[in-house]
Amino acid sequence: MERIDINGRSVETFVAGSGPTLLFLHPEDYFGQHVPWLEQLSRHFRVIAPRHPGFGQTALPDGYRTIDDLAYHTLDLISVMNLRDITLVGASMGGWIALETCVRSTQHIARLGLLAPIGVKFGGRQDRDFADIYALPTQEVTHLLFHDPAKYLPDYSDISDEAALEIARDRQSAGYFLWKPFMHNPSLRKWLPRIGVPTLVISGAQDGFVVQGHAAKLAEALPYGSTQAIAQAGHYPQIEQADATAAAIVAFAQR
Amino acid sequence: MQVWHFSELAYHPAWEELGDSLRNVIPSRVFDPKLGADLYHRYLDEWALCDELGLNIMMNEHHATATCIDSVVTIPMSIMARETKKARLLCLGMPLANRQDAVRIAEEYAMIDVISRGRLEMGFVKGAPFEVYPANSNPVDLMERFWESHDLILQAMTSHDGPFNFEGKYYQYRQVNIWPRPYQQPHPPVWITVSSPETCATVAEKGYVIATLNTGFTRTRGLYDAYRKRAAALGKPANNDRFAYLALIGVGDTKEEGYRRAHQIGDYSRTTPRTARQFWSPPGYNPLPISAQGVKAGPGASLGSIFTILGRDGRRIDAMTATVDDFIDAGLMFAGTPDMVYDQIKDFYDTVGGFGHLLMMGQGGHISHEDTVANLKLFSQEVLPRVAELN
Repeated sequence: MERIDINGRSVETFVAGSGPTLLFLHPEDYFGQHVPWLEQLSRHFRVIAPRHPGFGQTALPDGYRTIDDLAYHTLDLISVMNLRDITLVGASMGGWIALETCVRSTQHIARLGLLAPIGVKFGGRQDRDFADIYALPTQEVTHLLFHDPAKYLPDYSDISDEAALEIARDRQSAGYFLWKPFMHNPSLRKWLPRIGVPTLVISGAQDGFVVQGHAAKLAEALPYGSTQAIAQAGHYPQIEQADATAAAIVAFAQR
Repeated sequence: MQVWHFSELAYHPAWEELGDSLRNVIPSRVFDPKLGADLYHRYLDEWALCDELGLNIMMNEHHATATCIDSVVTIPMSIMARETKKARLLCLGMPLANRQDAVRIAEEYAMIDVISRGRLEMGFVKGAPFEVYPANSNPVDLMERFWESHDLILQAMTSHDGPFNFEGKYYQYRQVNIWPRPYQQPHPPVWITVSSPETCATVAEKGYVIATLNTGFTRTRGLYDAYRKRAAALGKPANNDRFAYLALIGVGDTKEEGYRRAHQIGDYSRTTPRTARQFWSPPGYNPLPISAQGVKAGPGASLGSIFTILGRDGRRIDAMTATVDDFIDAGLMFAGTPDMVYDQIKDFYDTVGGFGHLLMMGQGGHISHEDTVANLKLFSQEVLPRVAELN
C-alpha cells in the first residue's frame, strides 16, 4: 500500500498493474479479502484502490459527516492523481460513493461498474431495500452477505492487534456513514440521469442483503445501464467469484 | 447521605413468554394494557410513598423492553412533581444523544422543576448500546452529540434575555427561548452516569455529580478516585455529595426476609443481559480497542462479561445463578436485617472512600407491592437514620 497525498490528506492506496486506469472504491468491510480480485484486475488495468478516509489506518478526518464528503474526496483524488478515461468500479458502499461521484462529474470517467451497490432506494417507506445487518443476528447476516460463508468468511482469531484495529475502524466508519438514512441518500435517485456513461450493475445471484430486483431497477434508472449476475456469489461477488467478476469488468471495458 | 428509591418499572408478566430476549424485537401484543395500567399505578404509589418516608425518588427510561416500561421518563417525573411535596426528583437519566430535540428536553426539565418548586435533579446519560436502535441514533458520534445537547440545554436554561441562536454540528435552532425558565438558579443540579475514568475526569471538570451502576467493590473506587484526582488538580471541591452509587437493597425483619426481597429485586440484574447479542455492540459505541478485541473474538464469541459479576476479590460469578451472598460480596446488593444492611453499606462506603447518594433499587422484578412497601418502610425507619449520618 502506498501513501498518496490528496490535498493534505494522506490516503493509503493499493496501486498495481499497467494499462487503462481502473479506480476501485471498496465496500464497507472485508478489504483484506479483495487481494485476488485486485490482482486479477491488475493484469488488465492500472488499478488504483484507495482506502476511504476513516478506514484502514486512517482516522476519520474532522468534518467528514456524509457520503457527500467521500464523493468530493474521490473527485479530489481523480484530480490530484490526474486520472483520465477512468473505469470507475465501486462495490456496495463503494458503489454508493461511485454513484455520488458520478452525479457530480463524469468528466474523467469513461464507464462505471457497480458491484451490488447501495445508496439508491426504490422501495416504499416500509420496505427495506437493504437488510438491517446491524439489527440481525450475526449468523443470519453472514448468510445474507456470503453465498458460501464457510469458505469466504474470514477467521480473524489469529490476526495482529493492529490488523484487528483497522477492521474495527472500517466497521465503525462504515456504521457512521450508513446509519441514517440507512445505506442510501433519498436525493440520489433523482440525479441518476446525470450519469451519462455506460454503467454495468453487477449482482451476486445469491445476494440476500440487497433486495431482489434492485440491480434491474437501478440499471433502468440510469441512462446507459445494464445488468449482469454472477453465479455462486452473495453480496460480494468480487470476493466469492473474483475471476468471473473481474472478467465481467474486463469485457465491459472492452465494449 | 441521601437515599433515592429507584425502580425500572418492570413489565415482568411477559418475561416467561419472551424467553431469552426482553428488548427491541419483542412484540407489544405481549403487553396487556389493563395489566400495564395497574402496574403503572402501583409503581407510582410506591414512589409517592417515598415522600412520607424521607426517601428521594429516582427514575430512568428505556425503550422497547419488558424490563422497563418507563419509556418517557418525564411523564412519571411530572406526576411525582405534583403528587409529592418534599422528595427530590432525580431523573437518571435522560439519554441526550438519543433525543432528537434538545430544546424540548430543556423545556420538559424546566417545567418539572417549576411544578415541583425546585426539586429536580437533572441526569444526563449516554444510554445503553441497545438503546440506539429504538431511537435510530448514530452510535459512532454519540458522545459528541451528547455534549452538544448538554451545552444547548444549559444555555437554554440559563439565558433569560430572549431568543439566542444555536447552530451546532447536530442541533440547529435560530430562536431558542424556553418558557418557563427553571425554578432552581442558575439551573437544576446535573448528574452524569460514568463507567470510565476518562469520563469521570471530564465530569469532575464541570463539578457535576457522578453516579456509578453495577461497579461494585472492584471498580467503584477507581472511578471515584479519577474524579477526586481531577477535581484536586483543578482546585475544585469533590465532597461526598458529588458521588452516587446504585445498589439493590432488600431489608427484612429477619435475614431470610431481607434476602428473599433482595433475591426478587435481583431480577433486575438477571434480566438486563437478556438482550439479543447483535444489540450489544453497535458500530462505534465502544472505543476502537474494545471493538478490535471483538473483531478477533469473532461473531460466535461469548458475551461472558455481560453475564458476569466480580466478587470482592475479583472472582468471576455468573450473574444468572449468583446468590444474594454473591451479590453482597460483589458490592452490588445490600441485604438482610437492618443492622446487616447498614453494616454492608458502611463497609462499602469506607472501601470506596465515601459517597453522598445511595441509589436504592428498592423494587425490581417480581417483588410484590406489599413487600416493596415493607422494604421501603423498614429501610426508612431502621437504616436511613443511620446512613444519613454518614459523611
